[in-house]
Amino acid sequence: MKHLLGTEGLSAKTATAVLNTADNLKRTLLGREVHKLPTLRGRTVVTMFYENSTRTRASFEIAGKWMSADVVNVSASGSSVGKGESLRDTALTLSAAGADCVVIRHPASGAAQRLAHWLHAEGTAVVNAGDGMHEHPTQALLDAATLRERLGPLDGRRVAIVGDVLHSRVARSNVHLLSTLGAEVVLVAPPTLLPVGVASWPVAVSHTLDAELPSLDAIMMLRVQAERMHGGFFPSAREYSITYGLSEARQAMLPEHAVVLHPGPMLRGMEIASAVADSPRAAITEQVHNGVHVRMAVLYHLLAGEEATP
Amino acid sequence: MTALLIKGVRPYGEGDPVDMLVRDGVLSEIGPNLAADGMRMLDAAGLVALPGFVDLHTHLREPGREDAETIESGSRAAALGGYTAVFAMANTDPVTDNAVIAEHVWRRGQAIGLVDVHPVGAVTVGLDGAKLAELGTMAASAAAVRMFSDDGYCVDDPLIMRRALEYSVALDAVIAQHAEEPRLTAGAQAHEGERAARLGLAGWPPSAEETIVARDCLLAEHAGGRLHICHVSSAGTVEVLRWAKDRRDVWVSAEVTPHHLLLTDERLTSYDPVNKVNPPLRTAADVKALRSALADGAIDCVATDHAPHAPQDKDCEWSQAKPGMLGLQTALSIVVETMQVAGLLDWRGVARVMSERPAEIAGLADHGRPLEVGEPANLALVDPDARWTVRGEQLASVAGNTPYDGMELMARVVGTVLRGRVTAGQERIAG
Repeated sequence: MKHLLGTEGLSAKTATAVLNTADNLKRTLLGREVHKLPTLRGRTVVTMFYENSTRTRASFEIAGKWMSADVVNVSASGSSVGKGESLRDTALTLSAAGADCVVIRHPASGAAQRLAHWLHAEGTAVVNAGDGMHEHPTQALLDAATLRERLGPLDGRRVAIVGDVLHSRVARSNVHLLSTLGAEVVLVAPPTLLPVGVASWPVAVSHTLDAELPSLDAIMMLRVQAERMHGGFFPSAREYSITYGLSEARQAMLPEHAVVLHPGPMLRGMEIASAVADSPRAAITEQVHNGVHVRMAVLYHLLAGEEATP
Repeated sequence: MTALLIKGVRPYGEGDPVDMLVRDGVLSEIGPNLAADGMRMLDAAGLVALPGFVDLHTHLREPGREDAETIESGSRAAALGGYTAVFAMANTDPVTDNAVIAEHVWRRGQAIGLVDVHPVGAVTVGLDGAKLAELGTMAASAAAVRMFSDDGYCVDDPLIMRRALEYSVALDAVIAQHAEEPRLTAGAQAHEGERAARLGLAGWPPSAEETIVARDCLLAEHAGGRLHICHVSSAGTVEVLRWAKDRRDVWVSAEVTPHHLLLTDERLTSYDPVNKVNPPLRTAADVKALRSALADGAIDCVATDHAPHAPQDKDCEWSQAKPGMLGLQTALSIVVETMQVAGLLDWRGVARVMSERPAEIAGLADHGRPLEVGEPANLALVDPDARWTVRGEQLASVAGNTPYDGMELMARVVGTVLRGRVTAGQERIAG
């Protein structure tokens, strides 16, 4: 693996290797007082976040630090980016300053791929931490890690992704990764929040959440962003919540073993009832916890090479 | 003006090679083995002669963005592409929404002398779609503007569009519409379909074009004005055009770009903004429909939408990048590949869509004329067997944003003659 730009095209073999590494790292660190491995000592990881983010950025930073990499955070507002510097120049500058890996979040779809193109000659690894509406591969990997913990192998498991698929990079990355790992994916959303062209995706599509619930092994609720509520994608927040929200009554229609996921941040009472988010079948804090190990594993596979052991 | 003898050329690629004698800017004799008598000779052995091309849709960027193109560099690109007349779109800075700018563009083009640069006037002041620009003053100016367009933006207000179509009747002018319902394309980045869905790019639905074309055809019928549809991109628009052209009282014409005849949204997977263009590259089915529409006349002509952009406006994130691509020097090759070699048009057909129809639409009396004695010597000389590799930095434009960079194309313009003056291919002249 040279870069991690998306889960589309990521082989089952590579994805499983990263997930296994994440499991190993988690086990290794379990119960330890000092969360630190020397593996990436002397390597420099730069995070470039052009969008607000708390959890993803912190997660990458912690992951890098637990692997003993030097982690430098560049934020769009506090740097020359604010002075109008182009993404290309910023990337080349950071690479020239010694970055071995650049972790980027950017509002433009494809930004990570463009970055990898510009940094091709430098050999700097690029990790996509979310590009526009395109992909957020480490989120999908941490979701898969969480589901594997709860359910075992994902082969043949049925997972629903519910909500604003149209604008969601989390949904796209999960669709590719889950189907690569053998799971059946069903997208549940009003037609206005599904992309034109979704018919070619390796998924089933439904507009009726209640009909899907009894057959699910896991359900992933997507956040409904405030701007969508005013964008005419559905008549009202109330109608959305009634039709597509995961209420306690709906949770009761899920099989006993089914897992509830949410990539966060949650809008309690909108797409997910507060009691559901706090229920034992919700794996939301596990997702965050696993995020650190998955990102450690990604940095490891990019920077330490496949043959080394963590 | 001294005489020029064009040796061994095949007009429209038909019959045996002949010589064409050009005197005082006019084709004065056509026949085999004309006497040279020490006059300048242009070796045209193996070449096809076509009437000089007319581009209804060019962005020359001057005034305002001379770091991307100038009237001079764009004129050179046009001449090298076989063009003898181009229409320079109004979205310059300042906008060509008045006679002063229009006359400047016209005179600058004439002073350079490589191609007739006809300014297109804006339909509305500042292209803002709210208030009609002084169409009459521009029409009466030295630039004699006969085509008006807010290209880059759609004249989306139906009342403004109706008034423009009505008012233009008195000017014998044509209103060229950039058909894009802006409410349906807010933030749009790519053809709305499978590819954009996967790439996470906001979709530009074909219906945003088709609804405006249908509306404007009805408005043109009602107002009695002449409507021209810029850069048709979808199969649905072709259907609408066929319907409108069947109606007796609609005067509508349409153009298609070379890139919409060749490229599809498959290009987008690299996120390289050199492929970003408005309207966007669509599907293989659209390409097929556009080719047959051009062949059977539902679409009248080819126009380049030549759109140079400075490197910093292209070497960036997709959503940041400006839409548009170079087209003047590659148009003929793309038309040959997609239409002539494909058997959809013969050379007469190429002459029709590249020269004759656009000249008619724009009301140019001295371009797009038959290759006959007594006609103006406006010629494109094409090497039909050439193979050449496109290199953006080698094109005459200031900018290098060609989507064909590194591609091998077939057929090439190797000489252009404007009223008897050789504007490209001077190296072939002897004597």
